[in-house]
Amino acid sequence: MITLEKVSFTYRSGQRALQDIDLNLEGGDFIAIMGENGAGKTTLAKHLNGLLKPSQGRVLVDGDDTRKVSVARLSRKVGLVFQNPDHLLFSETVKDEVAFGLKNFGFAPEVVHNQVIRTLEALGLSEYAETSPFLLSGGERKRVALAAILATEPDYLILDEPTIGQDYQQKERLRNFILQLYSQGKAVVMITHDVEFVAESNPKVILLSQGRIVAQGPADSVLSKDELVKKASLVRPQMSRLFGELTKYGLPSDVVDVHRARILLEEKLSEAKVRVAQNS
Amino acid sequence: MANAPREIIIAKNLGFQYVGARRAAIQGIDLSIREDEFILLTGPSGCGKTSLCRCLNGLIPNFYQGEWTGELLVDGLSVTTQLTSELSRRVGYVFQNPENQLFALTVEKDIAFGPENLGLSREEIRQRVDEAMNVTGTLPLRDLAPYELSGGQQQRVALAGVLAMKPSVIVLDEPTSFLDPRTAEEVMRATDDLRRELGLTIVVVEHRLDLVARYAERIVVMDAGKIVADGDLEETLDEKFDLLAGLGVGIPRVSLLWAALRRDGLVSGKVPTRVEDAASSLGGMMSQ
Repeated sequence: MITLEKVSFTYRSGQRALQDIDLNLEGGDFIAIMGENGAGKTTLAKHLNGLLKPSQGRVLVDGDDTRKVSVARLSRKVGLVFQNPDHLLFSETVKDEVAFGLKNFGFAPEVVHNQVIRTLEALGLSEYAETSPFLLSGGERKRVALAAILATEPDYLILDEPTIGQDYQQKERLRNFILQLYSQGKAVVMITHDVEFVAESNPKVILLSQGRIVAQGPADSVLSKDELVKKASLVRPQMSRLFGELTKYGLPSDVVDVHRARILLEEKLSEAKVRVAQNS
Repeated sequence: MANAPREIIIAKNLGFQYVGARRAAIQGIDLSIREDEFILLTGPSGCGKTSLCRCLNGLIPNFYQGEWTGELLVDGLSVTTQLTSELSRRVGYVFQNPENQLFALTVEKDIAFGPENLGLSREEIRQRVDEAMNVTGTLPLRDLAPYELSGGQQQRVALAGVLAMKPSVIVLDEPTSFLDPRTAEEVMRATDDLRRELGLTIVVVEHRLDLVARYAERIVVMDAGKIVADGDLEETLDEKFDLLAGLGVGIPRVSLLWAALRRDGLVSGKVPTRVEDAASSLGGMMSQ
């Protein structure tokens, strides 16, 4: 379990980035941290693996205070995938890139090899195993960076803006992958602006604004509240905006995903059809 | 011909394969873009859209090595024979991550960097920088350091830097990926205003159609290095819905919902891209 207790953080410039954050994260959790640019999302993520230490309060990773253990040790448990893949990539081939962390952790060559193959396959990167990461598109590089972290099988996975530059199918694949991870008992935290991705994935949402948690709860209840969403410089998902216009027909206002929207509308539209048929 | 919109980008059978790559990044591209069009360029990850954009300002073939085929004219200049400096004057490029684009100590110096390198007079540089800051709303940021700015402000400064070169075309490669949704809308709106005020041609690379559908009238869809659809955005989305959905194009959620209900035989008519259009059609049907 990762526990944040009253965590506040102030940068050396005096800029206060986090204030009184309390948060628990355990195996099987799937959390989306959302909020405006500069809300403190990435700062919060860097506290989870000890890259930043709180100015006040403390962060415990499986009982260890992050101030007292090395980032190297924490990184075996907590994998952080940065939003800009180019900060992470440096090897000559995609395969070497993904193997790098595993080798560093001292795994045997055949374990490294098998794990690399498996991870590349899971992320749809097998065909690029021998390619230089720098010949890949931005979206593909991002998946390589993700693969490099995933291969080390951290218990806690922190993804900073994982959907940037990914097309719809890649996002679907990513969603399935995340689902697999947390149903296997890992904890997944994603930092994202992608309201539609969150609406379709239904994690627990933590809304940050100016360094504070301003709301938390299931995605459908948080993302359908206009005032909250505005405060965090987000926009409501399209389905929420649509259903906001349709409440007068007896439809609920907290619909955020297409699947539920479709079921509800199928019922209402079928009723209307029957009415029209009866009246004519 | 005087008033007919000019074709500013003409590609004929354009292709490019990077050195070391196993297949062509783009191939057989035929495309013509008129002045003051607003085009959405999209397609699955790795489809070649960024490579096509790199051709437009001459980064390909001048900075990326590889095999070039076909012909590309930008503002009357052939990309293969023209100096990149000439091209970069005409085609401004705004990247995904503004951090990669801004480097000077102040916003003003950053915006002045391009014009200074053109060897213009002080007076001319000053005027261009002021104008660019004015239209992008970055005047109040003049003396700040780029790293002090929010993502949305940085992206507007990047736009201003590009505008100060007085380009005819601006290419924006996923310009809002790093921005929160409200700021993303603000940047898209600012871009559209520029097109209207200055008559610029805009090419936006974007996965999320809902963000751009309001401004772009034309969509160009790529897959595996080729153009697979090109036309009016709303018509293309309606007529080629299955193709686009199959490619993984980021179709707006209301359009997906509508298409599903249409398959169920519960609604009919064109696939909407805007929430308000879908709401009024659905409302009409339910109040019957």
